[in-house]
Amino acid sequence: MTVLEVKNLSVAFHTESGPLEALKQVSFSVPANRSVGVVGESGCGKSTLINAILGLLADNGEITSGEIIFEGDKDLARLDPTAMRGLRGLRIATVFQDPMGALNPVLSVGRQMRDIQYRSNLSKRDKDARSVAMLRKVRIPDPESRLTQFPHEFSGGMKQRIAIAMALMMEPALLIADEPTTALDATLEVATIELLKDLQRDIGCSVLFISHHLGVIAELCDEMIVMYAGEVVESGTTREIFHDARHPYTQKLLACDPARLSQRVARLPTIAGTLPDLRRRPSGCVFQPRCDRADAQCLTPPPSAVLGGSHIAHCWHADIPLGAMNA
Amino acid sequence: MIWRTVRRIMREPLGAIGLTLVTVVELSAVFASGLTSYAPSKISPAERFASPSLLHLLGTDHLGRDLLTRVLYGGRVALLIALGATAVSLVVGVVLGLIAGYGPRWLDNVLLLIFDAVKSFPTVMLALTLVTLFGPSLYAVVLVVMLVNVPGYARIIRTQTLVLKSAEHVMAARSMGASAGRILRVHILPNIIGPILILISMDIPVVVAIEAGMSFLGLGVRPPTPSWGAILNDGFANIRDSYWIVIAGGLPIVLTTLGFTFFGETLRDLFDPRLKGRS
Ligand SMILES: Nc1ncnc2c1ncn2[C@@H]1O[C@H](COP(=O)(O)OP(=O)(O)O)[C@@H](O)[C@H]1O
Ligand code: SF4
Ligand SMILES: [Mg+2]
Repeated sequence: MTVLEVKNLSVAFHTESGPLEALKQVSFSVPANRSVGVVGESGCGKSTLINAILGLLADNGEITSGEIIFEGDKDLARLDPTAMRGLRGLRIATVFQDPMGALNPVLSVGRQMRDIQYRSNLSKRDKDARSVAMLRKVRIPDPESRLTQFPHEFSGGMKQRIAIAMALMMEPALLIADEPTTALDATLEVATIELLKDLQRDIGCSVLFISHHLGVIAELCDEMIVMYAGEVVESGTTREIFHDARHPYTQKLLACDPARLSQRVARLPTIAGTLPDLRRRPSGCVFQPRCDRADAQCLTPPPSAVLGGSHIAHCWHADIPLGAMNA
Repeated sequence: MIWRTVRRIMREPLGAIGLTLVTVVELSAVFASGLTSYAPSKISPAERFASPSLLHLLGTDHLGRDLLTRVLYGGRVALLIALGATAVSLVVGVVLGLIAGYGPRWLDNVLLLIFDAVKSFPTVMLALTLVTLFGPSLYAVVLVVMLVNVPGYARIIRTQTLVLKSAEHVMAARSMGASAGRILRVHILPNIIGPILILISMDIPVVVAIEAGMSFLGLGVRPPTPSWGAILNDGFANIRDSYWIVIAGGLPIVLTTLGFTFFGETLRDLFDPRLKGRS
């Protein structure tokens, strides 16, 4: 079963200097009970992807083509806003990057956790009992007495875990996490990843995990997609991509500093050059201006090379493995 | 919580004066009927223009009415209008401000235009126009107060709403399916109402002055309803031989204004130093 299937999704933002194509023909799917990681440097469209799925694109944004099929039968790209709102928080939940800001500063944690269950007709008491159970699951010590406390009385890591508890409260089918560990230090990050893994198994949901950390993706995700300038350049199982990356962009990311990748690097390795202006995309391969392997062929759009299984790279020269690059 | 706040206020000299004055004024208005044995509108021609004495602590006016009694009952009117009109202004200002800040851009622009138009109208002209339309009455006073206050309140609320609209916890709430109404009620309003209440407590003296001013000019509450402004007016008419009437009308206005101002400023400095210098 597939929980989420994104097909040929394109999103444009209307700007004063013309339309900005933030996502172009993005396709991937999230199977049930699986974690899919999304990597790509800042500005490559990761947040736009999430917002398009959630129906929360900025006012100047528009889905120009494609489908977002959720649980087999609903196209989120065309769902009316009320139905979409009904799915958010119930079937699709989200955790954001900043644990400091994710909670309402003037309401107690218990009040917020009760509030998020507004769709259920449990009594206040039962809702609080569920909150306590959820807090216990995310390993907040002494949860009963902490319900009355306010967000500033918790540490950053705890706040992030509370946000996770709130997201998983209604046992959604899909959890979207937008760089949920970027603001945490390394030790807390490990703990949070372990926690997410356990909770996912426990609840039986799928996870769409956005991250800068290749190491975190390797640890948590079964499958991954690599995005560049609003396009999926490579996708496959995490194993396939870490061991046999074929797109030059992915290869560069992985080759940057292998020693540091296995440790946790707070930022995606930086590679030479910058993202193209998304209002004026290169006519051929979008990575061509930064690619060492580019040739005349690359001035026309590259095909999707199927490399066996689910592994796909969008490149004219996807036949050269990582080890061969420097040879 | 309340006691801690009170103690913090009482530690500041201005705060202590303010809180004491406010309490005295409030209590004497509430318990007016217990504090005096006279009726506020009882005319006794025999006692016209009596100077202050043990019988009439603040003296009597040109109709022989006990001035202390009229001051106490006038306090009821003043505070009722000040608190009532301010509360109504707050509710209307909050609703309009939230709509302007969270609603569509065109609506925001329309509302801003209206706020500015109303605000640019001088208070006295506003009062005269409304009284011409509706006649002098309590409602005219409340309406003037609202038209004076609402645009400012709405603007502050609008700005804060705009800021909070993109706050992380509001985005999080949206991503979890909260409706616009729920976001405004649970995630935006509670975050802005504290500072707003402090600013508004500093507006109460303005409202007291508007009521007194309009009654002084005969545009406010109608006689025989006691009002500090009306007493002041009587006082000026008879200032040559009965100075105490002016004092009876003026003193409560001054004390109330000072009390609320000191109180509001102390609250502001204690709880929201960011607001310092605004009013
Ligand atoms: N509301 C918007 N209006 C115009 N451009 C936008 C808007 N939101 C995002 N973009 C642009 O879309 C691209 C992708 O942004 P984003 O999805 O935030 O990337 P990421 O999350 O990967 O850093 C960027 O070039 C960004 O400038
Ligand atoms: S298609 Fe050409 S330019 Fe694009 S990534 Fe492949 S080799 Fe590089
Ligand atoms: Mg982002």
